Amino acid sequence: MFTRTGRGLLRTLSTANRVVARENGDKLSAIRTFRSSEISKIRALTPVSRAYASVEAPERTHGNLSDADRIFTNLYGRHDPFLKGAMARGDWYETKKLVELGADWIVNEMKASGLRGRGGAGFPSGLKWSFMPKVSDGRPSYLVVNADESEPGTCKDREIMRHDPHKLLEGCLIAGTAMRARAAYIYIRGEYVNERLALERALAEAYAAGFLGKDACGTGLDFDVNIHYGAGAYICGEETALIESLEGKQGKPRLKPPFPANVGLYGCPTTVTNVETVAVAPTILRRGPEWFASFGRKNNAGTKLFCISGHVNNPCTVEEEMSIPLKDLIEKHCGGVRGGWDNLLAVIPGGSSVPMITKDVCDDVLMDFDALKGVGSGLGTAAVIVMDKSTDVVDAIARLSYFYKHESCGQCTPCREGTSWIYNIMKRLVKGDARLEEVEMLQEITKQIEGHTICALGDAAAWPVQGLLKNFSPLIRERITASSDAKKIAA
Amino acid sequence: MPRARALARALARAVDATARVALDGASMRATCARTMTKPNDARAVATARTRARAYSVGQMVHRDVPEDNSTMTWTFEASVRPKVDAILRRYPSNYKRSAMIPLLDLAQQQNKGHLTLAMMNHIADVLEVAPIRVYEVATFYSMFNRQKMGKLHVMVCGTTPCMLRGSREIEKALEEWMGVKKFETTACGTFTLGEMECMGCCVNAPMIAVADYRNGVEGYSYNYYEDLTPQTAVKVCEALKAGKSPRVGSQIRDKAEPIKGLTTLTGDPSGPFSRDLDQIKADVDAAAAAAAAAAAAEKK
Repeated sequence: MFTRTGRGLLRTLSTANRVVARENGDKLSAIRTFRSSEISKIRALTPVSRAYASVEAPERTHGNLSDADRIFTNLYGRHDPFLKGAMARGDWYETKKLVELGADWIVNEMKASGLRGRGGAGFPSGLKWSFMPKVSDGRPSYLVVNADESEPGTCKDREIMRHDPHKLLEGCLIAGTAMRARAAYIYIRGEYVNERLALERALAEAYAAGFLGKDACGTGLDFDVNIHYGAGAYICGEETALIESLEGKQGKPRLKPPFPANVGLYGCPTTVTNVETVAVAPTILRRGPEWFASFGRKNNAGTKLFCISGHVNNPCTVEEEMSIPLKDLIEKHCGGVRGGWDNLLAVIPGGSSVPMITKDVCDDVLMDFDALKGVGSGLGTAAVIVMDKSTDVVDAIARLSYFYKHESCGQCTPCREGTSWIYNIMKRLVKGDARLEEVEMLQEITKQIEGHTICALGDAAAWPVQGLLKNFSPLIRERITASSDAKKIAA
Repeated sequence: MPRARALARALARAVDATARVALDGASMRATCARTMTKPNDARAVATARTRARAYSVGQMVHRDVPEDNSTMTWTFEASVRPKVDAILRRYPSNYKRSAMIPLLDLAQQQNKGHLTLAMMNHIADVLEVAPIRVYEVATFYSMFNRQKMGKLHVMVCGTTPCMLRGSREIEKALEEWMGVKKFETTACGTFTLGEMECMGCCVNAPMIAVADYRNGVEGYSYNYYEDLTPQTAVKVCEALKAGKSPRVGSQIRDKAEPIKGLTTLTGDPSGPFSRDLDQIKADVDAAAAAAAAAAAAEKK
């Protein structure tokens, strides 16, 4: 019924309005929950004013970011990544004044910038930072930077750590100040050995220059940054598993509550944030929150690093404006889909954990949190995995199921057992060596895992399979039928 | 009469099942006997077992063998000690256990790529924890190896972004070139071929990572070789085998930029910029003073 009323509402709007309505997807979904008797009231209230606005000001397009507005100016490592080069590009500039403006000011400016966490969940960063205790009860507070980048498709933090390490270190000081933290730990995945060496070198430089350590930047504050590393476990990207791992244990997520902001690392208040979130903070504060908020649609502000991999002509990592249309992103920076746009089969728009979207959705979807949520997927880490028509999409998702089976930490039964079951079924679905009922069974297993585990790895294992079943179950059924027919003939 | 027949059938089934169990037991004992009588072959057995169970993490259960047993001792080399101390300094003195993963990593580098029982026991002593705390970590993380490795551990990334761009062909080419299957070591002991899950290098897919254990802690490296084809992957391994250092990173482009020319960041980066923070500071201070004055006035 909700859909029908939603459609009824849409039909009454002009074409221009439809765009606006799509842009305000969140509002629309709120409208959808109204009964039809109330629709006339809504019609009277909402769309009219927007119609005039959209006629007067043509719809804004996103995605023409100029180099002057890019934060990561050394993304491709064409310049010196270390202190001298970093300072020439504007890192560690006026940091002392930023720190002296105080924790509350930094948090408010971050809130005003509209920055949402870049690690996948998209929680407003300023708000998250404000959860840390204002007055210490005797325990120190910690900032933990999550550099355990291992979501398949994602390789943005790597570029920051090896080419712009000082942005991250300066961000640690700023974010640490905002959280009233005493020290920061940067948790890098074990495989990023060379990235860690680059960051360690930058850290030594920052200490030698007096930017970190005792009396950091001459502010009178002491702030230490330590680098810690893991040893190859995807699950350590989950914040509480990361804390466990940092404490020298197996990376098994903790139950929440208590949340890390109350009881985190070593039992002290802790906030875990993504590398990109921390690294953009100093630039936002120097340029002003209005500048950052001017990019992207409302509630999806800013610039973002996109990693486009898979079947495109020029896979690359690029900083672009939020809300850039997916098609523009691929055509402009990646030289298009291999074999042309019409050769596109599907896209996983936000790292392996989000459901895939098919070509008809890709045609006009915008790359931001709300638009992708609206089409049943998510922005995640903005890691775009493109699959052209040569892809065996069942095989591609089966490989992801293997990944989750391999990476499940084994703590919760639904995930430990369910990921193996999913993989075992998926493996057979690739060849069609299954019964038709198993398609339903697979869907049911994913539903049994989703939401029944401590952390989101269970959900992440379920969603890609659900996305596959949603979009490609005719293909799967066809394969099963063909295979069983072939068997009958052989018999 | 039919009842008696059914009973007889059931009995026959039960006898059959017992026989099968007995047979299983016998084969199990035979396997164990093989392990016992041929201790030198334990590695091969371990490898076979690992492969059958498809754990990249490897051996979960410890069995005493001559080269790795509970009577052995092990310590960090003198040249590595400063590194150990530097790692321990990073963590609060009452949370030494935090240094677990870095120390296991150092130990593994010193021991040419794998961890033995004695090493884990030593680390437990250094960190002042029960040995089981070390064992559980060493078996949880996939970068720790519990069996002897080749001098070069070649790991092919097999997750979907790499798979889409041909990592299976690369794995096949390397298997052929090395003459081993996945998770096996070459007869000469130079290479172990492995597989890892997403290495965070998807834009430069497909890729391999090579851990070099030839030169201990000092000469340890863990390099990515990216943007490969089956031919270039083999070429990289050939160069490594010959003792050369092939180009690290992408084999066909610089870093993660579009290969057919930059679409962004074409000019020189601009210099330092900031808004007028002194003015903002003055405004913030003035606002705070006004608020304090208002509060004071209200109190009066």
